[in-house]
Order: sequence, then structure tokens, then C-alpha cells
Amino acid sequence: MTMIFYFIFFGFFVSVTAGLLISWIDRKVTARLQYRVGPPILQPFTDIVKLLGKELLLPKGASKITFLFSPILGIISIMIVTTLLWLVNIWPQKTFFGDLIVVLYFLVLPSLGIILGGFASRNPLASIGASREMKLVMAYELPFILAVFVPVAKSGLSIKLGEIISYQSAYGAFISNWSGVLSFIVILFCVQAKLGLVPFDMAEAETELAGGALIEYSGPSLAIFKLTKAMMLFVLPYFIVILFLGGFNFNGLAAVRSLLGFVAIIVLIIVIRNTNPRLRVDQALRFFWGPMTILAILALVLAGRGL
Amino acid sequence: MSIKLKALLKSPWVFHLSTGSCNNCDIEILDCLTPRFDIERFGMVLVGSIRHADVLVCTGSVNRKCIPRIKEIYEQAPKPVIVVAIGECSLSRGMFINSYNCPVPLDKIIPVDVYIPGCPPKPEAIIAGIAKAIEKIKANANKK
Repeated sequence: MTMIFYFIFFGFFVSVTAGLLISWIDRKVTARLQYRVGPPILQPFTDIVKLLGKELLLPKGASKITFLFSPILGIISIMIVTTLLWLVNIWPQKTFFGDLIVVLYFLVLPSLGIILGGFASRNPLASIGASREMKLVMAYELPFILAVFVPVAKSGLSIKLGEIISYQSAYGAFISNWSGVLSFIVILFCVQAKLGLVPFDMAEAETELAGGALIEYSGPSLAIFKLTKAMMLFVLPYFIVILFLGGFNFNGLAAVRSLLGFVAIIVLIIVIRNTNPRLRVDQALRFFWGPMTILAILALVLAGRGL
Repeated sequence: MSIKLKALLKSPWVFHLSTGSCNNCDIEILDCLTPRFDIERFGMVLVGSIRHADVLVCTGSVNRKCIPRIKEIYEQAPKPVIVVAIGECSLSRGMFINSYNCPVPLDKIIPVDVYIPGCPPKPEAIIAGIAKAIEKIKANANKK
């Protein structure tokens, strides 16, 4: 019973509220960088409510079950990840063996949902978008996992998130070392690609693919995709905070510091998004398998030598 | 007024359909997104797919090639949808009124909610037209 409460409260309400607020910050900062005024604070909430009230259309010839199931796949997996991260952060002793691996697996599922939905919707533009998303997943997963294993190596080869957090609260955050800084840079770019933000938004390129994999989605199903995107905007920076800044601290001055770290990661993501043009998918692949993988391997080697 | 309609009026997403226009009205619509006018203040966003849209913005004199496509686009839009006709051409065919290629104005093909005249209308006029339409829909909803 308590697990269901945690799932609904931490997994859904907290992450949805935080994610939609962060997506408002994203839109507002983007507008301010372009000398515009930007939308009001409740705008993302209004968008979701409006989409939930619209008509749900099924494209002719689409695979119905896959088409309607794939948004739910993404949002459920993100809810599970959020619940796990909050539980581990509040009660580090509640961790279990391999929960880091579970989180890594569930973080792939939203992209898988987009791919399935794009292919199921029987639209040529959606198929192109889905195939680009697939190539992008293959590109960023390798450096992402290599970079995630740097905190694992530094905390004495433990794949429990709770032990990573308690190790950092005892010996200081991982970002203060050279290997931590290098893997932090790598993971920041990988998160940018996971979120589908601008240098890596070729999967739903508004100007060339007109929405890409999501082109045929309307009404509530589109609302679920938007909610998943907003929740990921909260969950992935939170995951970075847990891995490299030692999680959220809830007492006194340390709470302010961890909150500042969280905000700094989000601001970095927004600034990268606003100062870069869109890459082609082959450029993204070269970027991730070239410099980013080399940086991640370098960070792993440094972590192995205790730096 | 229901919460559904309220949310719809607070965040109308716009799909832009050119039915054979001379590009002037299209440029003026894009001007609405620039820092000087910034319609994102009202929650309006230009979307690429008709499936995501709440407002169908039509420009241009409706020519014969376009008519079946306009009908198809209108049927593909998730309802409720507001149709806005922008520019003299889509209102009354403008200077092409005697052309063999422009048989009927736009509102003979699909139901039009808002008419914004001008050749091309200024961005101020477009924003004022949309604001008046929103006020009208609100008043109608409150009457019921």
C-alpha cells in the first residue's frame, strides 16, 4: 500500500509539477534570450489540460494497440524511475542490489516508446523521425553508460544508488575530482540527447519533419508524450545530481547548495539548447562515438587510478 | 465556461496553411512570432502538424488544386478547431475574383470563425482579430 502511495505521489505528482515548472523555465529563458517576453507561468499546465480535452484521432491503417500503448510505456517507466530515485535519496538504506542498472534500463524506455509510436502511426515522416531516434539512442547509450560507471568505480564498485549517495556524503561529491568533471561533461551532452533538445532534436525536427515521430499523435496521447518529456526534464538532472553531487540534502545550508546545483544543471542544458544549431544524425553519431566516448574512457581510467 | 474551453482559449496552437497565397500574409503571420509582437505571451505556438493544432490559419486565394487538400486538412484536425481566414484573398478572393482558377472564397468550403481583412493585414490586426474571436467565444459560452 505504501509503495502505491510512493508511486502515485513521488512518481507522478511531484515529478509532473516539477517537470512542468522546469519546462516553463525553459520556455521563459529561451524567450528572454531572444528578447521576447515569454509565456505565463501556468502555460505548460494549460497546454496539458487543453490536450487532454481534445479529440483523439487514430490514423487510417495504423496499428491501434501499439499506437495507443507506446505513450503509456514511456510515462510508466519514467514514473518508476522517479519513485526509485526519490526513495533512494530520502532513505539511502532502502536501496537494493543493482538499482542503478534498473534505472539505466528504464531510462531507455521513453525513447523506445517514441520509436514504437512513430513506426506504428504509418506516416512516412514519423518513420523517418523514429529511425533517427533509434540511431540517436545507439549513439548516446555507449558514452552515457561509460560515464555512469565512473561514480560506480569511485564508490568502490557498488551498483547501489544508496551506497553512491552515502559514499559522497562521507567523502565529498564526485564532481570535485578530475574524473568526475570529465564524466559530468559527457553525461550532460548525453542527457541533452535523451531529452531531445536542440543540438540533438533531429528526431522531432519541427522545421523539416513537422513533429517527427509524434506527427500523428493528437489530444490525450500527445498530452502523455508532452508529460513524459516534462518529467524527463526533471528526472534526468535529478539523476545527475544523485550521481555527481551526492543527491538532494534536506537540512539547512546543504539543501540550498544541492538546489543550486540542480538549477545550474538545468541552466546549462537550456543554454546549450539555445546556442547551438541542429546536428545531422551522422554528425551526432560521430560526436558521441568519437570525442564523448574517448572522454568517458579517460574519466574511467582516471577513476581507476583514484583521481 | 468549462475548464476545457478555458484551457483551449489560453493555449491555442496554430497550424499555418497557405492556399496559394503570394507569401505576403505568410510573412506577416511569421512577424507575430518576432520579439516585437511575441504571441507566445498568449500561449500561441506555431506547430508543424495539423494533429497538434487548435487553430487553422488559412491565407491565399483558394485555387482549384487546393480545395480537396483544404477539406482533407480540416477533416484531419482534432476538434474543436477554430478556422481563421487571413488576408483579402481568402476572404473574398481579392484581385483574383474574376480568375478561372479561384471559384469560391474560403468560407464556402470550410466553416470560418474569424475574418481578418487586409492586403496583407498588419501583425497588430492579426493579434486584434484573434483577441476579438477569443472574447466572442467566451461571451457565447457564458450565455449558454
